This record gives sequence, C-alpha cells and structure tokens, in this order.
Amino acid sequence: MRTLPFDGLFKSPLSETVAAGDLSSLAEAVRGAAARRLGRSLAIRQVDAGSCNACELEIHALNNAYYDLERFGLHFVASPRHADVLLVTGPVTKNMAEALKRTYDATPAPKWVVAAGACAAGGGPFAGSYACLSGVAAVVPVDLVIPGCPPSPMALLKGLLTLLER
Amino acid sequence: MSTRESDSLDALLAEGHGREGVRTLVSAALWGEIGEALHAGRLTLVSLWGEPGAAHMAVRPARGGPHALVTLACPEGRFPSVGRVHAPAIRLERTMADLFGLLADDAVDARPWLDHGRWGLTAPLGAATPAPATGAPYAFLPVEGEGLHRIPVGPVHAGIIEPGHFRFTAFGETVVRLEARLGYVHKGLDGLMAGADPRHAARLAGRLSGDSTVAASLAFCRAAEAAAGAMVPERAVWLRGVMAELERLANHFGDVGAICNDAAFPLMLAHCAVLREKVLRAADAAFGHRLMMDRIIPGGLARDLAPEGTAAIRALVETARRDFPPLVALYDATASLQDRTVGTGIVSAELARRFGAGGHVGRASGRDFDARRDAAYPPYDRLAVAVPVRQEGDVNARVWIRIREIEASLDLVSAMLDALPEGPVHAPLPAVAGEGTALVEAFRGDLFAFVRLGADGRVARAHLRDASWFQWPLLEAAIEGNIVADFPLCNKSFNCSYSGADL
Repeated sequence: MRTLPFDGLFKSPLSETVAAGDLSSLAEAVRGAAARRLGRSLAIRQVDAGSCNACELEIHALNNAYYDLERFGLHFVASPRHADVLLVTGPVTKNMAEALKRTYDATPAPKWVVAAGACAAGGGPFAGSYACLSGVAAVVPVDLVIPGCPPSPMALLKGLLTLLER
Repeated sequence: MSTRESDSLDALLAEGHGREGVRTLVSAALWGEIGEALHAGRLTLVSLWGEPGAAHMAVRPARGGPHALVTLACPEGRFPSVGRVHAPAIRLERTMADLFGLLADDAVDARPWLDHGRWGLTAPLGAATPAPATGAPYAFLPVEGEGLHRIPVGPVHAGIIEPGHFRFTAFGETVVRLEARLGYVHKGLDGLMAGADPRHAARLAGRLSGDSTVAASLAFCRAAEAAAGAMVPERAVWLRGVMAELERLANHFGDVGAICNDAAFPLMLAHCAVLREKVLRAADAAFGHRLMMDRIIPGGLARDLAPEGTAAIRALVETARRDFPPLVALYDATASLQDRTVGTGIVSAELARRFGAGGHVGRASGRDFDARRDAAYPPYDRLAVAVPVRQEGDVNARVWIRIREIEASLDLVSAMLDALPEGPVHAPLPAVAGEGTALVEAFRGDLFAFVRLGADGRVARAHLRDASWFQWPLLEAAIEGNIVADFPLCNKSFNCSYSGADL
C-alpha cells in the first residue's frame, strides 16, 4: 500500500485544465495580478458568519486536486492577522456580528472583504429574520460579492481573480 | 392527522403502534411519567419542541416500534422539566425557553442556549419582548482544582469550519472538561418557516445544514406530504433515495479524508477529496446541483434525472468501488495513523444509548439503529439496508462505520438505479390542513421533522431536529481525559453540525 504516492508519479494530474475551459489562463491571470498588487501570494481567511455550511463545503473543494487553489498563489490562513482577504459567508447572524467585526479589525491593511454566497450578499433566504442582519455589508465594507447558493468552486475562483484585477 | 387524549403510558405506546404521527394530548402527570420512562431507558427521546402555549415531545420505545407524539398544554408557559431526569432534553428545553419563553419547571440548567442577548428581543417566537441587544455574559460551568488552566477557542476557528465556542479546562495537556457554547449561527429557521408556503419552507429546510440539504428537505417534505395526505410518484421516491445516498457518500468520503488529515496524514485527504469531488460532479450531472439543493420539493422533485445522469452515477459507483478499497487498506495498514485514531475519544455504549445518538456516533458505540431500516420509509422499505455496528466507540470505530456505510451506499445506489421506474416526478401538494412527522436517516444520523399545515396550505409550525442535538453533548464526554491536540480529531470524527443544531 506504500506504493500509493509512487503510483501517483505515473498518473496524469487531476488539476482542471479543460472542464472550466479557461482555468489555466485563469491561473496565470491570478498569479500575475497577485504579484502586481501584493508582490506575493494572497492569503485568505474564511469566516463563517452564519452560513448553513454549504458555502464552506465548496470553499473546501478549492483545496482538492481538481481546483488545487495553492497553485494560483492563493492559500487559506488560520488567523485574520495573516490575511489579505476575508472570505465571508452567511447572512451574518446577530450572534456572529461582533465576532465578524473583530475578525475584520484584526486583519491588517491593505485588506479586502469578499462576500461569498447569496446569504452573504444580502441575507438570502434568511433576510428579514429577527436573528440575522442582511448580509456582510451590514457589518464590514464589502469589496466583492460572489453570487451562488452555494457558489461553485469555479465561481469562487473567478471571483477572487476579479478582486485582484481591480 | 388527528389529536386524542390518553392517560397511561402503556396505552399511549400501544395505541401509537402503527399509527405514527397521531399526536396525543397528555396530562402533566403522564408527561412526567414519560420523563421517568426516558430516564429508565424504556424510551428514547426523538425530539422536544415548543410553540406558544404548548410543549411537544416525540419518543420511541427502546425495544423498537414507531415513535409516539405527545403534547402538553402549558397555558402558563411552564411545563415539567424532562431534562431534570433525562439529560439529552436539556439543550432542547433551553431552546424552548429562548425561542418561545416556555419555561421548564425544576430545570437543572436555566442558562440561555441560542439566545446570546443579541436579538433585541426575548422569546422572539413567543411574547417577543424588546430587550437590549448588547450581548449577555455567559456563565460557563465552574471547574476548580490546582494546576488547571482554561483554553477558550472560537467562535472563529483556524480552519474553514462553522463557528462555535469551546471552553477547555486542561491539566497539563489532558482535557479535564470541555464545555461547548453554540448558537452563533442561529438564523431563526423556525420563525422563517412559520407562515411560509411549503415550497419555500422546503428551501429553508434544505438550508438547515448544507451538508445534509437532501436529508433535511426530504424530512420536511415527507412530513408535509404526510400532513397533506399526499402521495409522491414512485419515480420521485426512488430518485430521492439516490440523492440521499449520494449525499451520504460525498460526506463520508470527505470525513474519512478529513479525519485522517487531522491525524497528520494528508495523503488520505487528498485521495478522499477527489472521490468526494467525483460524487458532487455526478450529482451535478444527474440533478443539476452539486449538493442537490432544492431538488426535493413537497410532492416530489423539482426536476427529473438528467438523461446522462444514470450513466454519470453508474460511472461514479464503478470508480469508487475501484479506488476506495486501496485507501481503506492504506488506512488499516498505517501504524502512525492507527496510533492516533485507535483508543482516542471513546464514547461509552451507555452514553450513546442514553442520548439516542444516531449515525456513526451511535453505531460506533454499539447503538444498532438506522432509520432506513428501523423506521423504514420508501424506498428503503423495499431494500435491504446493511447497518454496520461496532462496540469500541473510538475515532477508529467511527471511521470504520463510515467506510462500511460507503460500501453499503454504493450498493444501494446501484440497486435504486436498477429499480428506477418511469413516470412523473411530481404531484402537487393539496392545500389542506394537517400534521405530519418524518424520520430520515441523514449521513450523520436520524433527522426528525414535524410539520403542521394550516387550512390555507401554508406551514403553521415546522420543527427539524438534526442528529447533532444528541451528539454534541457526547463530544464533551469523548474528549475527557484525552489531550487537547486530539480535539480536532475527535471533533472531526463526530462532524456534528453547528448550523443544524443552532437552527
């Protein structure tokens, strides 16, 4: 069974090149834009501000062999203090609003906030609830909205590129 | 569905037999007697929920048989505490107080649970009294002793996971007590579902917990269909089963990989994540959404299987049957990995039984229950469902339950595709008043739904109880005596839902 990593040497990579049509060029573009804007790769801190967890599942998928996020110079970090981008999901529940604000405050400038998913964009199906605010913009300034319920990994990737090209 | 009165527990359970879903009005004395029967282990708690002026409870005889549904009128807003004698009810009672202002008399834990003092009102679904939204301090349970230190973690964690707060008290590296404080992702689901039309309420149910969107929308829809007395076309029944098994496969593949990753063995994650992605892509090809959200609607399905869907799912099954066994063998033969998972985070069989823990948490600790077999609903009533059970109750056992369930699900998916009939996939739900319940086996355990439709056909009250309610408290027990560094491993081996239990 120890041959599993060895076998991998003789298999072609799973990394998407065709399915999205333009993923390779997307990779180049992200890398170039990150280098221009930051002079290095881009660190992302994900914050769940009340999502149903579907967005997190698709954000997780960015790390699998198909999307392989890190080849673009994008990587997730464990602390907002290491982050350039906050990737926020959920309608922002009132119980999470302060934690989100504090996470934002702990992120050093320059920083960007990406609201991912229908809930983060405007509350989604939870808009109007006594327990929710109406999206991320109600608490912190939002630079980019990635729509979808949940956004697919490709949509997330393209969204992050849009952010870099601004 | 109708309501009736009963004055004896035995009569209640006897009458309940074969008449699942009929709600019985009980006296405070009988309510108390049910609590004692739960304590004695004669009954298992299925759920406990409220609405203004009434407390509801669903219980299932420990020896098997359908659940009984009881209601205690509480015009004064008080009811005898069940949690006082049966701990699994405690957080459900605290939730009833937070949402409806229903107070449990002699409750052992009167602290708020979902209400963090941020909503600007108390009892939002009851009296809805305005209150400050400045946040209320929370009194964690006291732990005293020389050399103890506390480690607060969350709500924002290091990984890409849901928010919750964990308060560890440790002696050196050893955890003496863990107390979880949840409720951070409370979105007010019950409030939003009340008054919604069933189609919209099903969307909301599908967002109880994103990883269980199929199971939760299925539970809601089955309860709503029972309430309306509606029949679902056969083809939809079988396709719902296919979706449910695909969801189980995706989650179990993801979990097996993620558990190994938390034991510092990322190779398993890399390979399992590929299998998970393949499931999601097959689901997308077959049903038009990677997680199959909003595909199950009251009365059937929103759309039929795509023409290329059968081939995509069959190809997935073939791939998984080829690629998964080597990973299982790798897991089984890697001593460094086994060193982390074997004997870690043990849940005793007694606790699993008392809490009625569903899914891999219960089945890894000897609780032989699976709603697909023991409360069989279509299409599982026509299939043989293999239910793996182990006795060790550790992380390793929870991994093996998942492995065996993956194998069983692959067989079920094939069998369902073989049996798939032609025909329509939707029959409109009649707009009639009624009540219904459903118990569905989600990937993490049994998920209960209660739905009451009003005369206008809209949802009057809907309640969903995710399996996590009875698993979260066991995590606190499982980590005791383990090292702090094994918490992520134990937590992932449970994989409880935050959103699912925060509502």
